Amino acid sequence: MRGSLAKLTWVEIKLFLREPVTVIFTLALPLMVLYVLGGVFGNEAAGGGGDVVYRGYGPTDFYTPAYVALAVAGVALIGVPAHLVEYREIGVLRRFRASSVRQWDVLVSQLVVSLVIATVGAGLLVTAAFLFTDVTVPQAPGLFLVAYGLGAVALAVLGLLLGTVLPSARAAQSVGLLLWFVFMFLSGAGPPPEVLPSSLRTIGDWLPFTPVVELLQEPWLRGGWATTQSLVVAALVLVAAGIAWWAYRWE
Amino acid sequence: MRPVISVSHLSKSYGNLVAVSDVSFEVYEGEIFGLLGPNGAGKTTTVECVQGLRVPDSGAAEVLGLDPHTQGDRLRPLIGSQLQESSLPQRLKVWEALDLFSSLLPGGGPWGEVIEQWGLTEKADASFGSLSGGQRQRLLVALALINQPKVVFLDEMTTGLDPAARRATWQLIGRIRDAGTTVVLVTHFMDEAERLCDRLAVVNRGSLVAAGTPAELIAQHHDRVTVRVSLDSSDWAWLQSLPGVDRAERRGRTVELVGPPTMVPWVGKVLVDHGCVPSDMAVIRPTLEDVYLRLVGEEVE
Repeated sequence: MRGSLAKLTWVEIKLFLREPVTVIFTLALPLMVLYVLGGVFGNEAAGGGGDVVYRGYGPTDFYTPAYVALAVAGVALIGVPAHLVEYREIGVLRRFRASSVRQWDVLVSQLVVSLVIATVGAGLLVTAAFLFTDVTVPQAPGLFLVAYGLGAVALAVLGLLLGTVLPSARAAQSVGLLLWFVFMFLSGAGPPPEVLPSSLRTIGDWLPFTPVVELLQEPWLRGGWATTQSLVVAALVLVAAGIAWWAYRWE
Repeated sequence: MRPVISVSHLSKSYGNLVAVSDVSFEVYEGEIFGLLGPNGAGKTTTVECVQGLRVPDSGAAEVLGLDPHTQGDRLRPLIGSQLQESSLPQRLKVWEALDLFSSLLPGGGPWGEVIEQWGLTEKADASFGSLSGGQRQRLLVALALINQPKVVFLDEMTTGLDPAARRATWQLIGRIRDAGTTVVLVTHFMDEAERLCDRLAVVNRGSLVAAGTPAELIAQHHDRVTVRVSLDSSDWAWLQSLPGVDRAERRGRTVELVGPPTMVPWVGKVLVDHGCVPSDMAVIRPTLEDVYLRLVGEEVE
């Protein structure tokens, strides 16, 4: 990493932490959701087989990996896109370009910011889950970390894509918030997918957030690896990164 | 003298809108060169092409012996930019901005001296968003100079500043030039161009309409002077019929004659010949503003 890219990234991390809205969304809100829903549902697994809620796992066990994805989505979809679009709107990117900052530098620094902050948020969330709930430890911690890495990169790249294609910071913030809530409710981080009406379940199946959630849940709950989901998520990374690179504009 | 910037037959359109059409000029080392023209005249597009930030449709530019388009990576470290409609992150602190930009380009050394030189020491910990217009502009100029460039481009740097801040900024530009840096100043303020520029080019509707020193522009494009003098005698036909007088007017005792500069000594001579030695004879020479208004039309604000 070039020295200037490292410095740019470090400055961007500090700037991110100075935005109260994004800090609340990324660090505090997932914790709150965990606390409230953990209190509501407990961690008692539903009995019986077949199409039972939470696929038969305890709610806290089911939700904790999903909330990890939600915490990442907060940074990647609400924080970063609006930030990047604002940079383009107010001419920060113009100024950077005149000082030889390259497209690669801008996108990579934002990607790293996304991943670093998201990982802090995810770490806080998992720590809180262990401290304050009776969540069971992941069945395969190593695989979970790999799944986390892939899922976090996918959401971060999706955020870069939003940041390059959306026309205004206001639009970026609205779209990011909307996506965050839709993902939460329809992709298994809100109500269990099993209780959703079938039309909403179908929509949920097509949302890019769903395979990310399942990717994270598989090693945590069953100690396995969700192969199909991992391929879908990897494809998402490539496509989103390609479009973001192609659609990138300095002004 | 070898020019540090030479632009030849530069043209650039955005769709159907011709922003710059066949513009050529040269900038020499150590001078303050002004691009003067009304808003939307194509000044910014021109300097952005020269800096390699836009690709011209046709024509060429050379800066410090480099092609800004194909050799932009080598050129960037040698030039400094203060761009129109550019900004910094609102929550970025002054010292962080200096620290970051000094690391982006080679030649950006320690910024401790720069922050002092531009009077920003007390504001080191203030965020960009909390600075006044003048402080922001000073910071942006400081950033443009942080890598000790040979040429610096300043685009509309005093727009939105109050008169005191404008004057302070003018002094700073003079200091930049005194330190040996060539300055390209883009402005739509006539007084700014007249006050600061060693040479300037007037741009209107995408075309370069005049270029030279302020004195040359005045001589070339507005070669009429006005002589105003009080005359007691009601007979003044001998003044009206003086060779070279284009226009003569009289209001009460005041006579106004318009003509070429060579008319002036003749007016003095015939006045003395007629026994008049007035104490209030005034010669009003055209200013750059008169030239500018003539060149770009009177519709300018």
